[in-house]
Amino acid sequence: MAYYISNIARSKGDPKVLHAGPSSLGAADRMAKALGWFSIGLGIAELVAAERITRALGMEGKEALVRAYGVRELGHGIVSLSPDKHLGLWSRVAGDGLDIATLMTAMRHDNPKRDNVGIALAAVLGVTLLDIIGAQGVTARHSRPRGRPRSYRDRTGFPQGVQAARGAARDFQVPPDMRAAPTLAAVSDRAPQERARPH
Amino acid sequence: MRALVWHGKEDIRCDTVTDPEIEQPRDAIVKVTSCAICGSDLHLFHNFIPAMLPGDVMGHEMMGEVVEVGPEARGKLKKGDRVVVPFTIICGECDQCKRGNFSVCQTTNRKKYLADKVFGHATAGLFGYTHLTGGYPGGQAEYLRVPFADATHIKVPDGIPDEKVLFLGDIFPTGWQAAVQCDIQPTDTVAIWGCGPVGQMAIRSAVLLGAKQVIAIDHLPERLEMAEAGGAITINFDEESVVERLNELTGGEGPEKCIDAVGMEAHVSPSMPDTVYDRAKQMLGAESDRPHILREMIYVCRPAGVISIPGVYGGLVDKIPMGQVMNKGLTIRTGQTHVNRWTDDLLRRIEEGQIDPSFVITHTVSLDEGPEMYKVFRDKQDSCIKVVLKP
Ligand SMILES: NC(=O)c1ccc[n+]([C@@H]2O[C@H](COP(=O)([O-])OP(=O)(O)OC[C@H]3O[C@@H](n4cnc5c(N)ncnc54)[C@H](O)[C@@H]3O)[C@@H](O)[C@H]2O)c1
Ligand SMILES: [Zn+2]
Ligand SMILES: [Zn+2]
Repeated sequence: MAYYISNIARSKGDPKVLHAGPSSLGAADRMAKALGWFSIGLGIAELVAAERITRALGMEGKEALVRAYGVRELGHGIVSLSPDKHLGLWSRVAGDGLDIATLMTAMRHDNPKRDNVGIALAAVLGVTLLDIIGAQGVTARHSRPRGRPRSYRDRTGFPQGVQAARGAARDFQVPPDMRAAPTLAAVSDRAPQERARPH
Repeated sequence: MRALVWHGKEDIRCDTVTDPEIEQPRDAIVKVTSCAICGSDLHLFHNFIPAMLPGDVMGHEMMGEVVEVGPEARGKLKKGDRVVVPFTIICGECDQCKRGNFSVCQTTNRKKYLADKVFGHATAGLFGYTHLTGGYPGGQAEYLRVPFADATHIKVPDGIPDEKVLFLGDIFPTGWQAAVQCDIQPTDTVAIWGCGPVGQMAIRSAVLLGAKQVIAIDHLPERLEMAEAGGAITINFDEESVVERLNELTGGEGPEKCIDAVGMEAHVSPSMPDTVYDRAKQMLGAESDRPHILREMIYVCRPAGVISIPGVYGGLVDKIPMGQVMNKGLTIRTGQTHVNRWTDDLLRRIEEGQIDPSFVITHTVSLDEGPEMYKVFRDKQDSCIKVVLKP
């Protein structure tokens, strides 16, 4: 669909994609994207179906908490889909911990929905594992490796050396539309209009 | 042909695409011999600049050989000419072009209706950029169609390697214009935020134009080292207070001239709480840019000073202290670079050996490695400062 629109936005001589090649997205990035969208989906579910979730888990009365967790999931999702995805995924790992702790409180013997809670716990544990793998993956892929950076001490850019370069372009005439306010240059005691420009 | 194509946020691929064709009589086709990845490409990579579409070919720093010329471009170009292509597409005839304001050419933006709505008035067409600036396919590709090619080119002589002249199309004139619009006096301190490729060119330009002292700010050691090599005093913002240090170096008065070579994606760190606030708002879509540099420059700049902004901003910024700007009487100058306004002079300076812009290149790779190099450049890995691609 997006490609269809974008082809309309082009003219006939513009290049069109014939087949796709290697992408800048690595496996870890794709995983982060999937987990990010998962967060958004889960967040929306927790927001709109809080009652059904609490009923299924025997946690009636905790709807406000589930909704708050829904908002939290949306946050994880937005950050995981942003360029700062490592933060998003690590925040998901922390959120998983919170989810596990909350589900543990529902593992009481007197909870008739204890089996459902068990299934939910197993699912969260599985996702936690994925989150940890994903978080480690994107952190490794995008962090700056430790160690000494390369040395650019000799990269002056001036074939004749820095000293010779200082002021070498004073012959350049700054065009009138790019001159600064004369107040700055008012260092001499002559009237500004008489003063010759330094370059 | 092969080209680097935008498919979505952080998703750039080296695809096989159809070859470009001459469409208009003023077009030319250039076989690209060298192209580069620019800091502006990173804003597109992050999808912070609106109106990119999947399938857009990236790249606005390129040069090569003319292989086909439309009938109306023939007087000015011929097959075999060696040209650097400026990133701003210009007609050379409109009022703005005649004044040298090439980056706001009134003719070349083919999506004028869109840009008129968003910007109030359209600006020039740009290569490999958003559809707000025409959505023209870029030059990180084997071939490039150059519209208005009779005006949109910089001829370069044979015998100079690509690496020395390639940056005439963008970052060299960008750093130069950033310094020129500061109207540098021999008594001036020029402070430059950001030691990426644009910052590096701005440092060299300010040195050439004769500033008393040039101060460069960043936090990446390899970039600071390159800045120092070019004659700048450096400040590492992870280690010291930028405002305190700038005041110290200027006898408490602040720098007369400040250059923002960072733009909309200032580094986020809890030690600069406003950046965390901006990042959060940016993620929620409540602010498009992170203008930490603007705030810092406006605060530290000497009254009646100049704020020069080559760094790209995309849309709406928050908490800009207009009271400081107004009361201190600061002059703000900004814009996409009017590339062709400066290139004759700069080419001469390269030929005379005043400067050699190739110092900034740290990586040269093939086009296939382009997608991976976007990541390396963005993540500042492997001491990467400037990537050149060889299609
Ligand atoms: N006006 C134009 O025509 C034009 C042309 C080319 C590039 N640009 C823009 O110039 C900007 C820089 O481009 P680049 O290629 O050098 O990009 P870059 O991303 O390589 O460099 C940006 C540098 O800013 C540094 N930085 C981040 N936060 C900082 C802070 N708080 N203080 C000081 N430094 C900080 C980063 O560490 C990095 O080294 C981008 O916004 C780009 O879009 C504008
Ligand atoms: Zn650029
Ligand atoms: Zn024009």
